[in-house]
Amino acid sequence: MRLLGLYNYWVVIVLMMVGFYTIIARDNLVKKLIGLSIFQTSVFMLYISMGRIHGGTAPILMEGTDVVYSNPLPHVLILTAIVVGVATTAVGLSLVIRINEAYGTVEEDEIHSQDESL
Amino acid sequence: MSAHLPVLLIVVPLLAAPLAALVRHPRGSWVVALGASWWALGVSIALLMRVLADGTISYEIGGWAAPWGIEYRIDVANAFVLLIVSGIGAVVTPYARVSVEREVEAARIPLFHTAFILCLTGLLGIAVTGDVFNVFVFLEISSLSAYALIALGQDRRALTSAYQYLVMGSVGATFIVIGIGLLYVMTGTLNMADLAVRLPEVAATRTIPVAFAFLTVGICLKLALFPLHLWLPNAYTFAPSSVTAFIASTATKVAVYMLLRFFFTVFGAAFSFDVMQLDMVLMPLALVAIVSMSLVAIYQQNAKRLLAYSSLAQIGYMILGISLASVTGVTAGILHLFNHALMKGALFMTLGCVMYRVGSVRVEAMAGLGKTMPWTMAAFVIGGLSLIGVPLTVGFVSKWYLVLAALEQGLWPLAVVVLLGSLLAVMYVWKVVEVAYFQPPPDGDPPAEAPLSLLVPTWALVVANLYFGIDAKLTAGVAMRAAEALLGVGQ
Amino acid sequence: MAGVAILLPVVGAFLVLALGKWPNLRETATLVTATSLFAVVYSLLGPVRAGETPSLTLVEVVPGVTLGLEVEPLGLLFALVASFLWIVTSLYAIGYMRGHHEENQTRFFFFFAVSIAGAMGVAFAGNLFTLFAFYEALTLCTFPLVTHHQTDEARKAGRVYLGILLSTSVVFQLLAIIWTWQLAGTVDFVPGGILAGTASAGVLSALLVLYVFGVGKAAVMPFHRWLPAAMVAPTPVSALLHAVAVVKAGVFTVLKVSVYVFGVDLLGSLAATPWLAWAAATTIILASLVAFTKDNLKARLAYSTISQLSYIVLGALLANRWGIIGGGMHIAMHAFGKITLFFAAGAILVAAHEKDISRMRGLGRTMPITFGAFFIGSLSIIGVPPAGGSWSKWFLGLGTLEAGQLGLLAVLMVSSLLSLVYLLEIPVRAFFSAPPADSHHGEGIHEAPWQSLAAIVITATATLALFVWPDAFYDLMTLVVER
Repeated sequence: MRLLGLYNYWVVIVLMMVGFYTIIARDNLVKKLIGLSIFQTSVFMLYISMGRIHGGTAPILMEGTDVVYSNPLPHVLILTAIVVGVATTAVGLSLVIRINEAYGTVEEDEIHSQDESL
Repeated sequence: MSAHLPVLLIVVPLLAAPLAALVRHPRGSWVVALGASWWALGVSIALLMRVLADGTISYEIGGWAAPWGIEYRIDVANAFVLLIVSGIGAVVTPYARVSVEREVEAARIPLFHTAFILCLTGLLGIAVTGDVFNVFVFLEISSLSAYALIALGQDRRALTSAYQYLVMGSVGATFIVIGIGLLYVMTGTLNMADLAVRLPEVAATRTIPVAFAFLTVGICLKLALFPLHLWLPNAYTFAPSSVTAFIASTATKVAVYMLLRFFFTVFGAAFSFDVMQLDMVLMPLALVAIVSMSLVAIYQQNAKRLLAYSSLAQIGYMILGISLASVTGVTAGILHLFNHALMKGALFMTLGCVMYRVGSVRVEAMAGLGKTMPWTMAAFVIGGLSLIGVPLTVGFVSKWYLVLAALEQGLWPLAVVVLLGSLLAVMYVWKVVEVAYFQPPPDGDPPAEAPLSLLVPTWALVVANLYFGIDAKLTAGVAMRAAEALLGVGQ
Repeated sequence: MAGVAILLPVVGAFLVLALGKWPNLRETATLVTATSLFAVVYSLLGPVRAGETPSLTLVEVVPGVTLGLEVEPLGLLFALVASFLWIVTSLYAIGYMRGHHEENQTRFFFFFAVSIAGAMGVAFAGNLFTLFAFYEALTLCTFPLVTHHQTDEARKAGRVYLGILLSTSVVFQLLAIIWTWQLAGTVDFVPGGILAGTASAGVLSALLVLYVFGVGKAAVMPFHRWLPAAMVAPTPVSALLHAVAVVKAGVFTVLKVSVYVFGVDLLGSLAATPWLAWAAATTIILASLVAFTKDNLKARLAYSTISQLSYIVLGALLANRWGIIGGGMHIAMHAFGKITLFFAAGAILVAAHEKDISRMRGLGRTMPITFGAFFIGSLSIIGVPPAGGSWSKWFLGLGTLEAGQLGLLAVLMVSSLLSLVYLLEIPVRAFFSAPPADSHHGEGIHEAPWQSLAAIVITATATLALFVWPDAFYDLMTLVVER
């Protein structure tokens, strides 16, 4: 079952779709950010999965030449990406707080109706 | 020292940013920003001159050799983009001092300048780096600071538009990361030059086209190509004036540069256009953008939003040139990158002057400004003429190359659309001009002319609009060399 | 010297701006600039007649495309006419603007001078790009003059003016210019043309159509609406710009493109040429017919101008020696005749406050000089001796015969008859009919201010003199066809 053998990629795809759907379909600004986070997380998992090698061990230099290491580079990259993701979420949430102060709501449709009545 | 210029270009502003935050004094942090932006301009000029004289510069960060380490690789194309970004930054920073004091509350001004420098750093970083993951990191640095800058606008709608931009921008960036990841899976490298070598071996797989598609969508979101443009009009309209002037003339330009870099250098023009037929996607979208966005611009009642829609149409011109995938076409695209930065920078800065004195940039609020703020409106008229593409302005030079590129391939209907687009530009520019010059100013105290600290930077860009329109040998020559480098011909 | 000719009016314009607070000094500045400009242009006549074509390259805009000037006979002819008439118009404008108590006179004289600079640039342009640049500059600089009154009506007219002139030039003319550059690799003006052999006859025909309709200033129907719209401007503007500088810049461009881009031989071989000639002929007749229906004097003159401009376009499209000579000379002859008519119209407006032809009956007795001049101007437009216009009509007629187009000759005849009626009606009724019952003619009405009257007399006299001495213009045009 080669298809199931790649189960972590299936997880990536499912998470990606869940996140993307949430971003598009939800009116609540906080839920949208949650969706964005899930979406980004799925990409992190994609990177980490691709660095993994069957039977590979953590990339810490060991004695001997027949040791198989996992590829550390994607992991490092994803450390950066996680930082970026956290920063994005932080900026997004602070915007939501300011929006809540200004409009008294975090629901997109209510914000729209307030702006249109201006 | 001069060997380390590529990295100093990034590191100095990157260090200046926290410094500006630590200063905590509005004027003090502005001085830091000014220093950083002028430093960037000086380095960019030095780098461009060196690239023109000696050819491509390759710089290894921390001494790690490419493709393992991160390489900064500067050829004519990105040296030119660096010049655009840092040039606009160096003009907008002096302008920002007074403008920001009026539009942003005092406590936030140091943070404004911090975010401004970070945004500049990020944009410069995208242009300078030769590593695709590094592109993503710098992209997020510039985007996150841009969201914060836009949210500082006076109107509360600035917050929602910043939020909207954040969501769409992050989705775009994530798409780009996915694309980069897939490329890495197939090739095991992140270095652009290395990718270009290794990609052809695996181009026939299914993964590479998927990566290509993710990158296309992600980048087109960032450069706001129709129909992925929805974040842009609000963001430009409600951001503080100096932010709009800066972002409108740099952020989308850098995204266009990313498009060029990925599709010409990394994938190669042959793969992008012959195999993937990118032109079949970009050309129709560009044409629709030119016509529809210009039409929408005509009906806007807010001058900033009007210019925002005009920007979307102008992006269409750049993409149209690029989609022709010929030397002349890509030259036209790159040239318009530069020229449009000059005209939109100047125009948004005049609106900043209006905002400063009148407190509104709605079209009807500009009645009578031709009399009361003659220098500001004269700048607007010249910028507008440049946008229309009147001879002896930069807009004309862009149009000349674009039409020429279309005619070269016998695509004269494209040429007609390009020229019709400038007629639509006449209509939306003249809408503002007529109100300013034909309607009497409202009763009460007439607004005074904008202060010199706003007018001088504005006019600096206006003069640049004329200068590079009369003597375009430098810009056209550099753009053509950049196009040749990207297409890999003539060297 | 060509550079000086363009710079001089610009300098004059800024002098006007600087002296805005002292009207007398300001007007002196205008007159001095105008006179010295004519002197400069006139000084070029000798060298050009001797076969020289002084040229000057200002700057290379993009590789291969320069902003350059060249003085050649056709351009000199246009420049001579425009610069001479500027002196007269300045004189006239001083009387008119003061007599009519116009506002913003400094701005008016400023843009007037800048527009003349634009016209000089068109005249001395050394290549298509330069021509186009000055052509557009002329459109934009005359916009504030057309909309001088800043009323709603002026704004609407301004839209039509700018809309038609910009759209034709940007969409058709610019496309044609870039196409020419793409085909020929140059946009320079070369005797004999640059396009021969660069593309198929079909493509070149399309190019010719783009040029003829792209030069909106030549007012070939259906792109003529801007000219009547521009009549909301103060009369001196209508007189110099919309009877001489702007419209002649248009037909001048058509002539120049015919001679120096296509070349007469190539032009004659294209299938589109006779069709376009008939388009011009249609404009001639239709515009004359419309002129009949206009009771507003300036509107009637405007349609007469549209009709007369197409004479010149027609001359160019006859694609033979006599057609070109006739077209070129008609630039000069029509200029002197039509400016006289506009001057008279303005004088009537200032002195008697009348715009409508039906209300001018009997006015000739109180304003004999004005209507006398109007009569002479009309003769020139109609093309009968002893006025200069008869020469250009004669050569145009010869051109149609040489081209074997008897139909076009008939068009010229019919149009002359039409103009005979719609123009001469005005002075004849002014002299011989009784004034309308409700008018106050004769009560306090006298001739216009002396400056305006002097201008009218000068141009009317010149119109007559050109019948006796047309040599200078004839010689210049001969040089054009023999270069």
